Amino acid sequence: MRGVVRRLLVLAALALLAPGAAAAQSGSGLYAENCLRCHGPGGSGTPRGPRLRGVGAISADLYLRTGYMPLRSPGDQPTRRRSPFNPQQIDALVAYVASLGKGDPVPRPHPERGSLPVGLRLFTEHCAGCHQVLGEGGYVTGARVPPLEHATATQIAEAVRVGPYLMPRFPKTQITDRELDSLIAYVEWAKHPDDRGGWAIGHIGPVPEGLVAWLLAGTALVAVCVVIGKRNEA
Amino acid sequence: MKALWRWIVAAIVLLLGRGRRPPRVEHERLVPAGKPSPRAEFLVLGLFGATAACAIAFVVVYAIESIPHQTQFLGLSLGLAFAFLAAALILIAHRLVVTEELEEDYPVPAHPAEQEALMELVEESGGRMTRKRLLILGGGAAGAALGAALVTPALSLGPAFEIAPFFRTPWRRGVRLVDERGRPLHASDILEETFYTAYAEGADREDIGSPLVVVRLRAADLDLPAGREGWAPRGIVAYSKICTHAGCAVALYRKPTFPPVEPRPALVCPCHYSTFDPARGAKVLYGPAGRPLPQLPLLVGPGGELRAAGNFSGAVGPAWWGVRNRRPS
Repeated sequence: MRGVVRRLLVLAALALLAPGAAAAQSGSGLYAENCLRCHGPGGSGTPRGPRLRGVGAISADLYLRTGYMPLRSPGDQPTRRRSPFNPQQIDALVAYVASLGKGDPVPRPHPERGSLPVGLRLFTEHCAGCHQVLGEGGYVTGARVPPLEHATATQIAEAVRVGPYLMPRFPKTQITDRELDSLIAYVEWAKHPDDRGGWAIGHIGPVPEGLVAWLLAGTALVAVCVVIGKRNEA
Repeated sequence: MKALWRWIVAAIVLLLGRGRRPPRVEHERLVPAGKPSPRAEFLVLGLFGATAACAIAFVVVYAIESIPHQTQFLGLSLGLAFAFLAAALILIAHRLVVTEELEEDYPVPAHPAEQEALMELVEESGGRMTRKRLLILGGGAAGAALGAALVTPALSLGPAFEIAPFFRTPWRRGVRLVDERGRPLHASDILEETFYTAYAEGADREDIGSPLVVVRLRAADLDLPAGREGWAPRGIVAYSKICTHAGCAVALYRKPTFPPVEPRPALVCPCHYSTFDPARGAKVLYGPAGRPLPQLPLLVGPGGELRAAGNFSGAVGPAWWGVRNRRPS
């Protein structure tokens, strides 16, 4: 009896050690452990998750480095969080998914070559409808639109080309690589805009600004009433 | 003759005396008499005049759209009108209405006699005004002008005078679709999982009937209403980009990466989240829009370019009064 218990304890310890052991694993091993259940063997796809053959390094890099994948359950919206993998594991997984079929490599944007005004125009035209003009994020019916404050230049370039979750993708015929540089330059700027009015009030537009204005104006009106009115001395 | 003269004198006296108030019976006043203040009255009249002038200016600025900084001038004129009115009322309260200091509150009027006393109170409180009718007239004019100014913006709820332009669109059979830079769009340019904005070639971009949102769907997913066979060559559908609710640009395209577990493709308006199904004739899936986005029938020209195959399926633009069911021309 004691032998059985000891054996179980050893097994449990091994199971606890498994994530640590995974660090040394290859991309295919990590895939089998974490992705296969939904994406199928060799990225063939299942009813729970899409095919990964031909999505390329660009897609895998975006979904893994943002923590979008692995999902807790297939119906969830992928949201940005800390990835459970370390950078070496992500590199291995990206290389494995890229090897499954022909696909685009991870893009190398150069936002420093971009132009801010062009970026603003492009962002207003293609992105601001969902992400708001300062990249604060928002809602589309049925899903949340993520804010862009933590998106890196590479991730923005990847998302534009891939179109993660419900976002449309923008091929080079719509937004050229040069324009993409400007777009990223604008998003980088929008992370720290200069607030001319002094108060940012969350960058969420005229409604909170209006509330603050009403508060100040209301106080001023009460002050005026006190000045022009006369109190009845009891 | 003498009798006639008497009659005439009597008539003149009667006529001259007409309209004159009967001499008031002197009795004890409830409110102490105040000194008339013609200067204050003149100032109040001036303020009423300024109120009316500013209110009229608001209407004029509202009517003339070519004025630069129109919004700012609208705010300025309306704000000044209210400020002048407030100043006039403050002046009346301080300078023209007799005030008295009481030890106790006024008694609650219960009997007819007390009510009469109250009437007298009101009457005598205005005793300092020498030109009461003129003041009432001035106040009325200021109020009427301000009321007119406040009602004027209701005109923007819908085209009141000429609605025909809202039904004219630049689309005819054979008109090419061009992108933001004016380049013709080709059927092969239109990819799935993304969306395009297109305009009628040669038309004014600001024309409400011109902008389109174009998406390509898999032919198997298309389920257009009856009578729209052949409107979507190669799965490419085009709808008016102007939301049928409040006229915003439909700038969101929701497209699932993995359709089995994600929301279906939809065109969404960012203003109030009206959601339209592009596969089913832009049927309203959600939101305040009352009717689908009008669809434009497409055809692919001999060079592969996209052209209109006719006009929209319904009226373009937000739902004005009575506009719903008219067809565009």
